[in-house]
Amino acid sequence: MAKVFRLDHVTKTYKNDGKEFTALQDVSLSIEEGEIFGIIGMSGAGKSTLVRTLNRLEEVSGGSVSFYGEELAGLNAPQLRKVRQKIAMIFQGFNLLQQRTVLSNVMQPLRIAGVPRVDRKDKALNMLEVVGLADKQNQFPSRLSGGQRQRVAIARALASDPKVLLCDEATSALDPKMTGEILDLLKEINRSRRLTIVIITHEMSVVEKICDRVAIIDEGKLAEVGDVKEIFRNPKSDAARKLVFPSNPYDPSGKDSRLVRLVFDGLAASRPYIAELVEETGLKVNILSANTKSVGGIGYGQMVVELPRKPADQDQVIRFFRDRDLSVQEVERV
Amino acid sequence: MSDYIIEAIKNGIWETLQMTFFASLFAYIGGLPLGILLYATAKDRILENKPMNFILGFIVNICRSLPFLILLVLLIPFTRFLTGSSIGTKASIVPLTIGAIPIVARMVESSLSEVSPGIIEAATAMGATPLHIILHFILPEATPALLLGGAINIATVLGYSAMAGVIGGGGLGAIALQYGYYRYQKDVLWTTVTILVIMVMLIQEGGNRIAAKARK
Repeated sequence: MAKVFRLDHVTKTYKNDGKEFTALQDVSLSIEEGEIFGIIGMSGAGKSTLVRTLNRLEEVSGGSVSFYGEELAGLNAPQLRKVRQKIAMIFQGFNLLQQRTVLSNVMQPLRIAGVPRVDRKDKALNMLEVVGLADKQNQFPSRLSGGQRQRVAIARALASDPKVLLCDEATSALDPKMTGEILDLLKEINRSRRLTIVIITHEMSVVEKICDRVAIIDEGKLAEVGDVKEIFRNPKSDAARKLVFPSNPYDPSGKDSRLVRLVFDGLAASRPYIAELVEETGLKVNILSANTKSVGGIGYGQMVVELPRKPADQDQVIRFFRDRDLSVQEVERV
Repeated sequence: MSDYIIEAIKNGIWETLQMTFFASLFAYIGGLPLGILLYATAKDRILENKPMNFILGFIVNICRSLPFLILLVLLIPFTRFLTGSSIGTKASIVPLTIGAIPIVARMVESSLSEVSPGIIEAATAMGATPLHIILHFILPEATPALLLGGAINIATVLGYSAMAGVIGGGGLGAIALQYGYYRYQKDVLWTTVTILVIMVMLIQEGGNRIAAKARK
């Protein structure tokens, strides 16, 4: 598959009052054609800066970013504008023109691309139909809900037939229901148009719902990158573990007791392991938290349990789960 | 008040309207592009250009800090060169325009600064040229603020036009000065002042309504 973006050792530093601040440090990754690629991190981790290097809204301080093999830093202003027309972007704050109708907003990129006036309207209406808002064409954005505004922004982004869509916290200002609708729409567009999508988010739920691969950014560095299912099953970096396993809010009975996290996926999620443990070994564990969810259509669950007191019993429990191919990880006390 | 004075006031209203209209029009022809340049060349804006922004800002500030009365006098030779005379309604339009250009420019600059940076970022990401961003993103978004600023500027020009009476300009200001002040005709003074106040109020109210209607 063709690489849409390729980042090689990208570094970005800002100078502020003589003080240097590193927003990105040695980030290398590539984004494949047709995939939905997530970039997740806490706020301030550098993910917004990272996505802006993809269309050169941010200049890199070191390393290189290329788009279909073409290095962005080497482009002059007119060339860069041409490339930007192929890289659409939507934003947390929608960034629609408040003083223009929905239809006029969607027509903007077509005007920039030099599409003849007569064709602009048809094309824009077509896009509004794709996002289900053709009936709102003459409304002004202030009359629309947040979800509808983001749909208009998506229609606007798609109007000029981009190769890739960058989403900068596109659902962060929306309630869960609207977030779900927007994500479904993005997934649908990804499938029907084979459009590559890059999603910046701080919410793991967004990644697990639609992303194929994910990069985890922590303090400007790439902590981990890979298949979403694989990272859910077996997060390697601390940053990934923090995102995949929400911190355990329950206070175990004894301060010195040992906690482990069990991770199930696919078939394993449908077997009653805890009951089997009790039946076969007679040892009991205390369940402190548990949840299951669907990641890319595969059942996935995790459970934090408190182990028995005796070290020998603890080892037996851990062996029991490991023998059944469950992932067992120590949980650190906060 | 004698018929002669009433006739003069009627004439003065007409002259004041003429001066205000043409001076505002010319002030926008000069001040709007200047304001756009001041805005666009400022730090972190789409056409950032420090030297140019500094020079333009410097000139605008100097012009704005000159008292208008002094500007009127200083500009007499220039006015005479342009219009062939330094007195009368037509001549007053010259210093009024020059005096209003920097005010208009600053007002335009501040109106444009209100446009959300997100809109400009979106336009840049679309691959729009700076000119396209100004014409099709920034100006439309700033329209309500520009209209409101326009009302304030026109009212200011109207106020300045009264001052032009001092150096022989026409209009209500000249009447207030000559009949009301120099000849102690209090009734003429108060009548002309009242008319000026009403005109300013009408301009401001009209501007507010048009701006409110434009805001979507």
